[in-house]
Amino acid sequence: MSVNRLLRVGTVAVASLGVLALSACGSDPESSANPGSTSSSSGGDCPKGTLNAEGSSAQKNAIEEVISKYNEKCTDVTVNYNPTGSGAGIKQFNASQVDFAGSDSALKTESKDGGEAEAAAAAKRCQGSPALNLPMVIGPVAIAYNVDGLDKLVVDGATAAKIFQGTIKTWNDPAIVKLNPGAKLPTAPIAVFFRSDESGTTENFTKYLEAAGGGAWTGKPAKKWTGTGAGKEKSAGVAEGVKSTKNSITYVEWSYAVDNKLGVAQVDTGAGPVELSAESAGKALAAAKPAGTGSDLALKLDYATKAPGAYPIILVTYEIACSKGLPAEKTALVKSFLTYFASADGQSSLADLKYAPLPEETRTKVDAAIQAIS
Amino acid sequence: MTTLAANKPAYDGKTLDLTGKSGARAFKNTLATVLIVLCFLVALVPLLWILWTVISKGYHLLLDPNWWSQSQRGVTVRRVGGGAYHAIMGTLIMALICAAIAVPIAILGAIYLVEYGKGTKAAKVVSFMIDILTGVPSIVAALFIYAVWITVFGFNRVGFAVSLSLVLLMLPVVLRSTEEMLKLVPDELREASYALGVPKWKTILKVVVPTAFGGIITGVMLGLARVMGETAPLLILVGYSKNINLNPFEGFMGALPTMINQDRTELALQPAADRVWAAALTLILLVLLLNLLARVIARFSTIKSK
Amino acid sequence: MSSTDGTAPPDRPTDRSTGPKLDLGPVGHLGDRLFAGLARGSGGLVVAIVAFVGIFLLALAIPALADNNSSFLFSRIWEPGGETPRFGIAALFYTTLVSSIIAMVIAVPIAVGVALFTTYYSPKRLAAPVSHAIDLLAAVPSIIYGLWAIIFFAPILRPVIDGLSSALGWLPLFEKPATDNLGVVFTASVVLAIMILPVVTAISREIFAQTPITHREGALALGATRWEMIRMAVLPYGRSGVVSASMLGLGRALGETVAVLIILSVPNGNDPWDSSIFAGGETFASKIANNAAEFDSPEKTGAYIAAGLVLFVVTFLVNSAARLIVARSGPGNRRPRRNRRAGTNPAQTEGAAT
Repeated sequence: MSVNRLLRVGTVAVASLGVLALSACGSDPESSANPGSTSSSSGGDCPKGTLNAEGSSAQKNAIEEVISKYNEKCTDVTVNYNPTGSGAGIKQFNASQVDFAGSDSALKTESKDGGEAEAAAAAKRCQGSPALNLPMVIGPVAIAYNVDGLDKLVVDGATAAKIFQGTIKTWNDPAIVKLNPGAKLPTAPIAVFFRSDESGTTENFTKYLEAAGGGAWTGKPAKKWTGTGAGKEKSAGVAEGVKSTKNSITYVEWSYAVDNKLGVAQVDTGAGPVELSAESAGKALAAAKPAGTGSDLALKLDYATKAPGAYPIILVTYEIACSKGLPAEKTALVKSFLTYFASADGQSSLADLKYAPLPEETRTKVDAAIQAIS
Repeated sequence: MTTLAANKPAYDGKTLDLTGKSGARAFKNTLATVLIVLCFLVALVPLLWILWTVISKGYHLLLDPNWWSQSQRGVTVRRVGGGAYHAIMGTLIMALICAAIAVPIAILGAIYLVEYGKGTKAAKVVSFMIDILTGVPSIVAALFIYAVWITVFGFNRVGFAVSLSLVLLMLPVVLRSTEEMLKLVPDELREASYALGVPKWKTILKVVVPTAFGGIITGVMLGLARVMGETAPLLILVGYSKNINLNPFEGFMGALPTMINQDRTELALQPAADRVWAAALTLILLVLLLNLLARVIARFSTIKSK
Repeated sequence: MSSTDGTAPPDRPTDRSTGPKLDLGPVGHLGDRLFAGLARGSGGLVVAIVAFVGIFLLALAIPALADNNSSFLFSRIWEPGGETPRFGIAALFYTTLVSSIIAMVIAVPIAVGVALFTTYYSPKRLAAPVSHAIDLLAAVPSIIYGLWAIIFFAPILRPVIDGLSSALGWLPLFEKPATDNLGVVFTASVVLAIMILPVVTAISREIFAQTPITHREGALALGATRWEMIRMAVLPYGRSGVVSASMLGLGRALGETVAVLIILSVPNGNDPWDSSIFAGGETFASKIANNAAEFDSPEKTGAYIAAGLVLFVVTFLVNSAARLIVARSGPGNRRPRRNRRAGTNPAQTEGAAT
């Protein structure tokens, strides 16, 4: 008997013993959020099975919270969400790898590179029925900065566009001084950080810069950054970059700015400086209009809104799901989970995580669309 | 290797030196000693630092028995609780499948290069190919398997696909180090064996491989260590699941590197940060365990050839 | 393995004399044919795998390269996909190579030093635990190196960066950046060096430990100091092993993904190219990984695959160069550079081996 075979057999044997030993005691944790709740309510409208989803990292914290709450209600459903990015989510959805996708933008109906359009590919995946864009989570985007001794910073659309374009290069630029009378602004150059991966956050932020920048932003809104600065990977990367680099600024989901204790700039929309809060983000959302008609629920945001007290930079993330065409058991799972996600109960848990809940009107429409899934 | 170090000793230059050293030579010797000890100390600083970081920040979660027996189901980044059971199992399952495929091919391939094909054109081609394989970045190996497994065959993303891409990464590491070790086995051992009428294959299995065994094990361990910590294939070839899934052929599967990858984006939050370091420590301990196991077997097996 | 020290006849370094002699053993058995077939099959399988990967990558890369509107090798623009895809690898190539080379320059001498320390300098009791500890570090996942580096390690590099850039700032390579950003090529290089250190050390140690005891005893018996013994017996014997260990390390540095991705900041497309190691950059692997989530069209994917192919070629060229060096200067046919007046002449024994 050869020694290496002996070794292999030995290793495998011991390892599988370990595996067996471990698997004997592996389990799911009891709900830590609500220890009082029991797992008795798995009947009723709760199906059984596993739901796999993938997509936008901007809604990761929201959907994880909702999954956690949903599991208190429906203990026999396993929901996996893989926050790899909107593009990846749509790709996996269209390739039938996941049951629904999360995306920072609605499915595109026009093809970009001569290939198949996202919406058409999604419809094919859904056996010919169109896929739904369900707005589900609203996340404000913060302009976060790190400047010693600067507790409050006000920018307006044009200044922000110039800073991120690179035409304003130092903190004591007259344009910034004018908006922040009396503030202690350093003479240092501004270190801008941007998302080096393609991201819905970048797309929404550049949409704002274009709409509110008064022509100072020269690029087109896109998932890929076209302004100045140094790129970091993902929201965590830019937040970390700003945290560790003095005199720096970036755009990042609100929760990251808060968690990393970064300064958050107030935005002057023309109606005075507005601080970022769930309330001010909600006001901007009230100004949003449906992009399409009928069952198309995609929202069109007004980034240049001048509504008093409205914080204009917000990001709407969608769940992409088949309207028809999934196997019956998956349909039941998707319906059950998304119904909870869109319920008042599901949405109410999001404010603590620095997201804004869906406006009631939109929420009802989304719910109706989910109930129509068959 | 340990036994080697133990064998060394006793030949201390100073005691054997009968000629007396000139000042320059003695100085050089001292300088070299100082430099080498310095190298060692310089290397130790970051290495101890990183170990200290991982251990000091990660150990307290490992003391909780739940860490070893529970999954992360329903545990969000803002909450404490749950464990790494799902990820530990995922990592073990994928790494073992990978090793079961890669190690036999690697060792046989090395035997071919050293014992059968030496000097032939075919062996040069194989050697050349291994050089290329060494340069395959994990992300490209993952993309390759993605195209074969998902685009061509139309299978779903599963743990087994990860194992396949890890094979591409483990194979050249184990093969090269095994080859290097087999080359070091003195020919006299082979010749002595042939002279006793032992067939070639038995010579290889009973003399050559056991002689090089310690080195081969080190190579296998380096290879395993490399693939167990690999993140890119996991990102592309299997979805991360917070739930327990022990089936490498179906569904999303957790693994320690992807568990780290998920929570590393939330390092500003204490519960997530704790889990990142704890998962890292768990991964290191897993490899350590395999290492010790292999060493025990290696020592046990070398007794025969003594 | 330990038995080689006792029983091995002297002077059989890496490049043994060739094949025919080996076939003297009885080979007619069924077992022999089976085993030889298995070994050959494994060799063939490796070739098949690589060929398959290569063909597949080429097949994906060629259409994208054909559509490319910019010089693939000399452009630093990266805008694949879209109506007029333009992409070039000049900047990626530069950053990948520079970061890996700096990492090697830092890591290999230290690794050799550590390997010598554990084999020939350290007290017996220390050697084994230290070796195990270093092996263990090869097990630290690269994602952890990246996190540790950006959070804890990078800040202590700031004085080094400031010092180097003010002393050597007149060289474009060491030019000081405008901001205090620490996600620079230099940081990545140092971290890569730390990451490959355990790999290079572990293999070098194995090789050094295998130096035939007669070589070492011979040198010592003739009055060599410990260092002279190492220079004349251990290092020449282990050279090939150290080179191939370094190549494994270099392969890891060139292809390292997640740690580099976490550390390096990416320059924007508008600024002029900055060749300084104190500026940000992207390597092949970090670029591919950072964008893997968005491979949504074959054209785009092809561009990244093409970059991956270049990484292959680079690694392969480096490896071939190293193998050539080893072949030229292998212990069997090479003498130590200078025979010291210590009076030993290892060339004699070495010559016998050839």
